[in-house]
Amino acid sequence: MTTNPKKLAKQPEHPLDDLIRTERIPHIWCPGCGIGTAFSSCLSAIKATGIPYNKFTMVSGIGCSARGAGYIKLDSFHTTHGRAIPFASGIKMAKPDLKVIVFSGDGDLFAIGGNHFIHAARRNMDLTVICVNNLTYGMTGGQCAATTPNKAKSTTTPLGNPDSPFNLPLLAYAAGASYVARWTILHTRDLTTAINEAIVRKGFSFIEVLSPCPINYGRRNKEKPLDTLRLYQDKTIIKNGADPARADIDFEKGVVIGKFIDIDRSTCDDRYTELHRPCSDD
Amino acid sequence: MKPAVLTGEHYITGDIACAEGAIAAGCLFFGAYPITPATEIAEHMAERLPDIGGTFIQMEDEIAAIASILGAAWTGVKSMTATSGPGFSLMMENLGFGVCTETPCVIVNVQRTGPSTGLPTMTGQGDMMQARWGSHGDYELIALAPSSPQDCFHQTIRAFNLSEKYRVPVLIMADEIVGHMSEKVVIPEASEIHLVDRPKPTGRKDRFKLYEAGPNGVAPMPAIGEGYNVHVTGLTHDERGYPAMNVEAQEQMMTRIKGKIQGNLDDIIETESYRMEDAEIVIVSYGISVRTGLAAVDQARELGYKAGLLRLVTVWPFPEAMIRKIATRVKGFITVEINLGQIHYEVERCSGGKAPAFLVGSAGGKIIHPDKVIACIQEKFQL
Repeated sequence: MTTNPKKLAKQPEHPLDDLIRTERIPHIWCPGCGIGTAFSSCLSAIKATGIPYNKFTMVSGIGCSARGAGYIKLDSFHTTHGRAIPFASGIKMAKPDLKVIVFSGDGDLFAIGGNHFIHAARRNMDLTVICVNNLTYGMTGGQCAATTPNKAKSTTTPLGNPDSPFNLPLLAYAAGASYVARWTILHTRDLTTAINEAIVRKGFSFIEVLSPCPINYGRRNKEKPLDTLRLYQDKTIIKNGADPARADIDFEKGVVIGKFIDIDRSTCDDRYTELHRPCSDD
Repeated sequence: MKPAVLTGEHYITGDIACAEGAIAAGCLFFGAYPITPATEIAEHMAERLPDIGGTFIQMEDEIAAIASILGAAWTGVKSMTATSGPGFSLMMENLGFGVCTETPCVIVNVQRTGPSTGLPTMTGQGDMMQARWGSHGDYELIALAPSSPQDCFHQTIRAFNLSEKYRVPVLIMADEIVGHMSEKVVIPEASEIHLVDRPKPTGRKDRFKLYEAGPNGVAPMPAIGEGYNVHVTGLTHDERGYPAMNVEAQEQMMTRIKGKIQGNLDDIIETESYRMEDAEIVIVSYGISVRTGLAAVDQARELGYKAGLLRLVTVWPFPEAMIRKIATRVKGFITVEINLGQIHYEVERCSGGKAPAFLVGSAGGKIIHPDKVIACIQEKFQL
């Protein structure tokens, strides 16, 4: 035996334990799922800001990724399907000094919640929106999403998806987001840095995180868990400042990742204060 | 810059009175989406909230409007939205979220005629059952029905007070006539307005449980940023607020959500009576139809019928015990409402066959003429 048994006696404390509701562990995420990695990047980014934890709140909708709000030891809200962003907007506008993070999935944010996303981006609502994109509806068992690639198999497209997916960075940019980035769960350092940047800056920040769903997407599309990670390693092209119009997800020609957009624009709450609270400094 | 309470006499619509009632009650957040005939409430709040340091936001739809006020409520402010039938339909899912997470807020429905787009500019009272049962699942909430602009002012304050006290969304079920008619509204001195704020937690934060009920069945509610690390979910949850996927947790949660309303009916239910002392024929009404009922009672009395009016100020929870009691001593009930039978069936249910219940209703669009009530009395009751 090479391990000192004394060292095993007490489980070492994880550096992110202070941000986790440890009594709620184990989590619900499947083996091979990438949400946990994206979630821990988010926690690391929160910690790295040095901002007091009571200045943060996390809001999510419904789905596998949305369960993150139930594991973070902050004020956290697991709301209705698709409605995390308007719920978060209410929080932000009622209490603008809070750092409001929306952590949810592609089905939640871009199909049922798509309208809210574009309007919050248009207003430049000061939110950090993290979308774990696993190309499918994982929690309900692998149905076709607004992000499922053309021709991909899902339980509701057994012969292949006839539709085209959203290019999320392009959608976010076109709608008015002031920070747009895409990383994969293999690029955890870049992802953590991106989330950190997004939290610290003002404005509507959108970070897409590509993440495998081996159980409900990979299995039907001949992608084993490691195959997906290999795609993330071999078929991604890191290009900061790339044109979001070229950010469609096609692993055959390569998927552009990196920071697409980082521009300063006045936020919804700043403009409200300027126009409607002329005496607020008095 | 105007003060929060515009003490004095005003000649204003019910919609404006409702907005002024909200501001007098301490509302500091309004999430809006325009819809006839409720738009004036949003417009007035947009103008007034900056005066008092509040926030108005026009959202992209009614789903977002109610989501925004639920979020705002958790920052510790009193929040509100206003809509009408189609928007009310869109709000139903998040209304259930508000009930399940025990989030105080006020939702005004200035009713118009349905179904679907219906008669957008004309009155109706056809959303009363939707108010009670429109969101999926079992639940309890509170719905009030103002019958005049003055009443809009008072009932909006009361709605906020009940919402805060019982941590439940409160509905104001107004209608197009009440919302659009102008009448004298007297706004009292701020010091004369009784306000209630949500119970706040005390004690150690590390031992705090989000849904541990206090003496009246209502749990204290912290705000975001106070360090309580709340987790709020629409999943069935335990006392800590954590998801609990089992039958026992569901039963406990439902017992609390229903119990805090059912256990405080005396405080929540408000009715008004007119010439009820010796009444044998009871006209039951609410909202604008109360005016039909009042006129009908006087006309019926002139014809020799012992008629009286029971006005439901609180419509939900329904005053079941009161109707049951009245049913034992009267000849019958007539419910007057601008729909084809909604509260009428509640009256019929609670009368339990002890007294017959009749409906004077309409498909909607205008107030019901008292003559229709008199005709019903003459047809169904003997002098």
